[in-house]
Amino acid sequence: MINKRWSSAVLLGLLAATTLAGPVPASADDDRAEPIAEPPRVQLVLDVSGSMRATDIDGRSRISVAQQAFGEVVDALPDETQLGIRVLGATYRGKDKQQGCLDTQQIVPVGPVDREAAKAAVATLRPTGFTPVGLALREAAKDLGTGSTARRIVLITDGEDTCAPPDPCQVARELAAQGTTLVVDTLGLAPDEKVRKQLLCIAAATGGTYTAANSANDLTDRLKQLVDRARDTYATTPAKVDGTEACPDAPLLAPGVYTDRESFSEHRWYRVPVRPGQELRASVSMALDRPVNLDYGVLLRATAADGRELVRGVDAGSGRIDVISAGLRWSAGADDETDERDADAPTPTAPAVTTVCLVVSNMFAPQPGTAKNPGMPVELTVDVVAASPTPDGPDLGRGWVLLLLLTVAGLLTGLVAGWLTRWWVATWREN
Amino acid sequence: MRTHSATLTARLAAGLALAPAALLAGVALAPAAALAAPTPIPSPGAVTVTKAGTSFLSATPVAAGQPVRVGASTGEYLYWSFPAAAGETHEINATVSLAANRSGRSTWAVEVFDGLRRRQACTAGAQTPTADASASTVAIGCTLRRVRPWAEPWSADPLPGTYYVRLTVVDVPEPDLGLPIDVDLLISTTGDADTSPEDGKLEAPLVPPANAGTVLDAVPTAAPEDSDDDGWNLDLTGWLPEAGSRWVWTTAGGMLAAVAGVVGFALTRRSARRVVR
Repeated sequence: MINKRWSSAVLLGLLAATTLAGPVPASADDDRAEPIAEPPRVQLVLDVSGSMRATDIDGRSRISVAQQAFGEVVDALPDETQLGIRVLGATYRGKDKQQGCLDTQQIVPVGPVDREAAKAAVATLRPTGFTPVGLALREAAKDLGTGSTARRIVLITDGEDTCAPPDPCQVARELAAQGTTLVVDTLGLAPDEKVRKQLLCIAAATGGTYTAANSANDLTDRLKQLVDRARDTYATTPAKVDGTEACPDAPLLAPGVYTDRESFSEHRWYRVPVRPGQELRASVSMALDRPVNLDYGVLLRATAADGRELVRGVDAGSGRIDVISAGLRWSAGADDETDERDADAPTPTAPAVTTVCLVVSNMFAPQPGTAKNPGMPVELTVDVVAASPTPDGPDLGRGWVLLLLLTVAGLLTGLVAGWLTRWWVATWREN
Repeated sequence: MRTHSATLTARLAAGLALAPAALLAGVALAPAAALAAPTPIPSPGAVTVTKAGTSFLSATPVAAGQPVRVGASTGEYLYWSFPAAAGETHEINATVSLAANRSGRSTWAVEVFDGLRRRQACTAGAQTPTADASASTVAIGCTLRRVRPWAEPWSADPLPGTYYVRLTVVDVPEPDLGLPIDVDLLISTTGDADTSPEDGKLEAPLVPPANAGTVLDAVPTAAPEDSDDDGWNLDLTGWLPEAGSRWVWTTAGGMLAAVAGVVGFALTRRSARRVVR
């Protein structure tokens, strides 16, 4: 009973604390729930090459499983999502490779979906030709167009690209480097080793995912999840920025999220203005979008305009990972402020704005044959907030143990005082 | 005289034993409730989250005590974010149900990052367990450090704000990539958020901005100083110590010490009076 009452009291306290600390989660949600005018856009790219005739998924042909899955996805499509469907290898029946490798069409344009028409268009597909994956990806990116939101392509295939060049993995990397966020999720239907390697490469290059679909249920569930994800995870695209090789001419950044590309053993500089009484916060994530050697690291340093280091954030890792991140905080100390004021401000009365230089460097080593360009994706987050001063409370104590200690000390003091008084009175009487 | 002193010491002993016992009872009550909390069960009525983000920017927000159940592919990077307040200690427990017919051992990891994407240490829990080819599930756990109310900008102490959880397989035979998995995850929080205002306060929690940035053309001039401090400020809230402040605790301790002193003095006097009678 007592316990219950106490726990409810503690719960109330926690509730009060969470209400007091309310802005923390609330502001996070607010940022996320920012109204975005553009609807989420996703394009499904389906391989309809001859190999889709194979009947090895639950005893059904691959194409019929894919058609059924597409039908269910279109039925379950959220209203605001704009969906397009592109096929490859669907029409050309000949043997001429050159012509067969140009065989890709958009059968449902990206936009508000007419469910019946989309399902009918998918239902009439018959496995036919070659597998020009690279070209289809390029065209799919064009179909989605440009915009400020992230866009997703879902690639469903059962066979490796038979038309390289262009190598689909290289195409994916180029598309991702174009500055707009484009994610390619890949689905392998009963994949063999070659297909798996290729799809893994495409997924890694764009920050997408790879799934092996070995049953109709797998395929349907995963497709639905990916289309849903296009709606859930699309956010405003970070602003594209080009870091420079040195601090003085580096771009000046306001708080926000930025993307850039950085090659192996390259340094990229940025500048952030920080007013007195403000704190600089910066974090950087570098994506491992290509095969690199086992161990790697990323270093984010903040330096003053004269080159002396203020603070650094560093992280290193080993093995399989998507991004490696580091972050730092910095606020001007008393010394720094006066220094900067003397150096920069012509009038001693005006508080100076400190320009902090940020430099991103990486410790990645390319594997033999790994392409150097375009560089690896860098995501830089910059924030400038009010500085948090050092607490300077008095040397007082708190807590139950303190109360206990003081009480026992008081009690002992009282006892000693009492004893002394008694002893003194006794000796005084005797005399 | 000897008997007197014997009864006196007995009395004293009783008094000494009683006073701290009463205090101890008070002491024991408060942490008992706090200690009873850490059981990793979902909060009643919490809605199960069935999604996961794929990057820091798209991490799915979850609250402590809110269960997560999501289907995914082996090799996918799953991101969630949760808010943390000063004084809390968070524990993350995940169970991954693995696909059958795998070709080898796989190592799974849950990694936690703060709002600045700085890696956070786990103080307990199997952060990177390895599952044998025959295992059907693998359990992952991570207990984080207690969130500090304030830390120097140069330190890496955990601070209030957004935290990110990334769950993935870090070592797996290549043929096993892409196989379906099911992930159950629960973030539980313990701690009473009991922090003193004298311990400092982070002016802005570590919540990263989500908006696209803008490149400035020139260094902005400093904003004019706030004029709020000018003139007479008759607001007393800044002067009165808050509840739970060190001032309040220490003052209360001083009062208790004074009372205990009088009690101690009275204990010796009363027995002396009886002697006189």
